[in-house]
Amino acid sequence: MEERTRDDRPQLPPPSLWPVGFAVGIVCLLVGLVVSWPVAAVGAALALLFGFLWARDVATGGPTLPGPPPDEPLPDGRAVPANVGEAAMPEPAPGERFPRSKFLEGATLGLGGLIGGIVTLPAVGFALLPAFVDQKAHEVDLGPLSDFPENKFVVATFMRDARQGEISRQTAFIRNNGLLEGKPSVTCISNRCAHLGCPVQAGGPLFEEQKKVEKTANGELTLIPALPAAGFICPCHGGSYDQEGNRTAGPPVRGLDRYEFLIRDGRLILGDTYSVAYVEGAGASARIKRYELAGPGQHIDGIEAWLYPLQPPH
Amino acid sequence: MASTKTDRKRNLGAAVTYPLDWLEERSGLVGGIRYFLFRKVPGDTTWWHTLGSATLTAFLVQLVTGVILAMYYKPDPQNAHSSIDHITNDLTLGWLVRGMHRWGASVFIILMFMHMGRVFLFGAYKYPRELNWIVGVLLLATGLFEGLTGYLLPFDQTAYWATVVAVNINGTAPFLGPYLASVLRGGAEIGPDTLARFYSLHMLLIPGALMGLIGLHLYLVVRLGVSSPPWSKEAAELPDPEPPPPSRSGMTQPGPRAAGVRRRPTE
Repeated sequence: MEERTRDDRPQLPPPSLWPVGFAVGIVCLLVGLVVSWPVAAVGAALALLFGFLWARDVATGGPTLPGPPPDEPLPDGRAVPANVGEAAMPEPAPGERFPRSKFLEGATLGLGGLIGGIVTLPAVGFALLPAFVDQKAHEVDLGPLSDFPENKFVVATFMRDARQGEISRQTAFIRNNGLLEGKPSVTCISNRCAHLGCPVQAGGPLFEEQKKVEKTANGELTLIPALPAAGFICPCHGGSYDQEGNRTAGPPVRGLDRYEFLIRDGRLILGDTYSVAYVEGAGASARIKRYELAGPGQHIDGIEAWLYPLQPPH
Repeated sequence: MASTKTDRKRNLGAAVTYPLDWLEERSGLVGGIRYFLFRKVPGDTTWWHTLGSATLTAFLVQLVTGVILAMYYKPDPQNAHSSIDHITNDLTLGWLVRGMHRWGASVFIILMFMHMGRVFLFGAYKYPRELNWIVGVLLLATGLFEGLTGYLLPFDQTAYWATVVAVNINGTAPFLGPYLASVLRGGAEIGPDTLARFYSLHMLLIPGALMGLIGLHLYLVVRLGVSSPPWSKEAAELPDPEPPPPSRSGMTQPGPRAAGVRRRPTE
């Protein structure tokens, strides 16, 4: 029989009270630092004393657990199972599962899945749902209609939602078309390019010297008269539109979006945005084919519109 | 005299190895790291084989510089750009760490593509390493998403309009595209929540996904070994690998590590 190596002995540290004394000393020291210096001094002394004793034990190897009796030789021959009688529980056949084991596995997976779901679903819902709830646009007051001269474009820049601040700033091209059958007619074109959403610019001069800045309840509003003789042009990828917002060149898939509007107490108020396939005619007599608002780059008519059957709430 | 000197030397050595042995006995970490660092690779690996490690290094640089930048960055529309300005122009070495993160992002993406090209041209994606190619493609997509979300954070005109365009491109995906765009924006329009959303994605969700995927990628590299270059004479002398084993669950039988990979004579 080969000699027992060190590793055969239990590797547990020998039982010793020194670490406990060391811990008491540290606690005394820390409490003493708050309460009184003598207590701290006692604690430090205790910690030093027991720390020294502990370190000495560790360094010298300390008292070791008694190993198994070294001289008793193990008998030769095969090992004998501890139970010689009938087994208390039969060994399962290969592949056989006890019902209890199956039940425990199912319970672990089922309960784990349930708990995971209960925790995950609200979190995922919180991450995703606010993007689709309460997305209704606010009305925007653009001031008296008399600020908008007839048959001339004005570039209006306004905040869509004062609570969101500057980031909700939008721009619309407004043209007062005069009266149509006794009612005011206004063209309100969004500056969001129907290609990928860059801001289209008026293709012509802006009359900055006639700029009006007004403080409204909805934040700052600026009105700049413009003469977009060449229509509207996007700086990003060269999409071009005529003065009615119809696409004339470049990558956009449709015309420029428009704002709903109403006149209340002689003031021009912008409402929701809607998408436009194309506009026949011009000015007050224009006939607009109106669609539900779609994102830039999304077709709203023709066969490609089948790719975007449902729009999230805008 | 001499014997006490050697004794002292041995004691000194023991003082160094004792903590390592202690750690190894309780965790196996030392052996694990040795196994990872000193594993066998083909003798004719080339500098091209280092592109993966280079990519990992670029990622670690992004991780460290990003954590430090997050100490100074303020993810709300009013303060985002001024905090970037503060980092770049006022804080000591801020220009350097931000520059490392900014340019390091491009380095990371470029190295990912170069590593991918190396694996493709060397045919290193073939059996049994197909799964690692797939994990690599997921890493590429996740890494590009990290670049997209990070691009908004300086919140200047370039960042804002580039994000408008990128989100709207996502919106043109058929059927679910409009919903995807709304989820990215956190609403129908880009608003104050969009920036915080991108910040959270950029510094928490996507890096976590990247770390998990990198762990899986490295596990497969270590398990399957590094492939020889296609011109390798050393590999040409080895017997042809066994054909792929018939499909099996792999849960009870050894995987291709034991069966299909060419064994080197030294092993």
